[in-house]
Amino acid sequence: MKEILLIAFAAIITENFIFSRFLGICPFLGVSEKPSTAAGMGFAVMFVMTVSSALTWLVYEFILVPSGLEYIKTIAFILIIAALVQIIEMFLKKFVPALYQALGIYLPLITTNCAVLGAALLNIQNGFNFIESVVFGLSAAIGFTVALLIFAGVRERLRFATPPAAFKGIPILLVSAGLIAMAFSGFAGISL
Amino acid sequence: MSNIKKIFTDGLFDKNPILVQLLGTCATLAVTTSVSNGLAMGLSTTAVLIFSNVFISLLRKFIPGEVRIASYVVVISGFVTAIELLIKAFLPEINKSQGVFIPLIVVNCIILSRAESFASKNSVLYSALDGVSMGAGFTLALVIVSAIREIIGSGTFLGMRILPDSYEPALIFIMSAGAFFTLAFVVAGMNKILSAIKKKSQKEGK
Repeated sequence: MKEILLIAFAAIITENFIFSRFLGICPFLGVSEKPSTAAGMGFAVMFVMTVSSALTWLVYEFILVPSGLEYIKTIAFILIIAALVQIIEMFLKKFVPALYQALGIYLPLITTNCAVLGAALLNIQNGFNFIESVVFGLSAAIGFTVALLIFAGVRERLRFATPPAAFKGIPILLVSAGLIAMAFSGFAGISL
Repeated sequence: MSNIKKIFTDGLFDKNPILVQLLGTCATLAVTTSVSNGLAMGLSTTAVLIFSNVFISLLRKFIPGEVRIASYVVVISGFVTAIELLIKAFLPEINKSQGVFIPLIVVNCIILSRAESFASKNSVLYSALDGVSMGAGFTLALVIVSAIREIIGSGTFLGMRILPDSYEPALIFIMSAGAFFTLAFVVAGMNKILSAIKKKSQKEGK
């Protein structure tokens, strides 16, 4: 139990995917315009990352390892993730249209979110078992969502800021992200 | 001939993948803690980019439009796996320092964006040159960012001490916050240069 909590805590706070591992920066800069879109993207990522962590672990352990094909894991995982996103999209469209309306536009973007592939690969690299992999996927996604929501809040304020001309747009966003990363690095010393 | 020149100025400057298009920021922020890391990432991405551009350009008349993105991803991840295995076999130290970011070249948007916007429409030779030029632009930007971070953050360049011993390295530049700050300033500098050039050409136009 302690290990599970430790994995979750590390993935959400001390080794936050955005601020300390730098995974998923593109959607982080792209869809953090408003808190509502940030929350939508966050929930979509949580959903996909939890399921994909479970699925990639099972495929790796029960198909790739027995047949000695560990080296094609990158290709296998990216295909699993792409297929999974497609299936989830079709499933939601058919059975939960309300949720599809809310998450629909974010789903295709998730295939190229390196946080999802990153989590799948890190599960294998860290030698996690099935439960640990699922917990890691879910908590990494929670960490991603937390970062996205904080940043969306900051961006609402930034709209009224007047940075120097050269800093307009992306550079000022990067500076703000750096300041939040500094706050997050304060957690680095904590160990349970 | 002017086409070839344009391919190179686009990759290195006008459409530089990191400094102008802001593609592949994850890798840029994560591996630029030292110049050797940045250079290794830049070169491995360039290799993948050249091979995938050539291959996709060769197949551009056979891949049906509806499944093209999926096909590109399979081609790209094949080459990434090949590069990953080569690095593991011959450069184990680099494999250790780059960690999960070598396989993550698969989802580096630069490669997919060149496949979609260039290699799928142009001849093999031009696609190969585009791969070289975009890869060079990516590597150049990585080296700039990592040089700033390594010199200020640990007082060294390629592992050699270049600042006097009395200099206390500013550790923040090696940490994650420093990655964001350095990239912010480099991109802002690039914006400044581009707008200055624009102004100049407008003046000359009048």
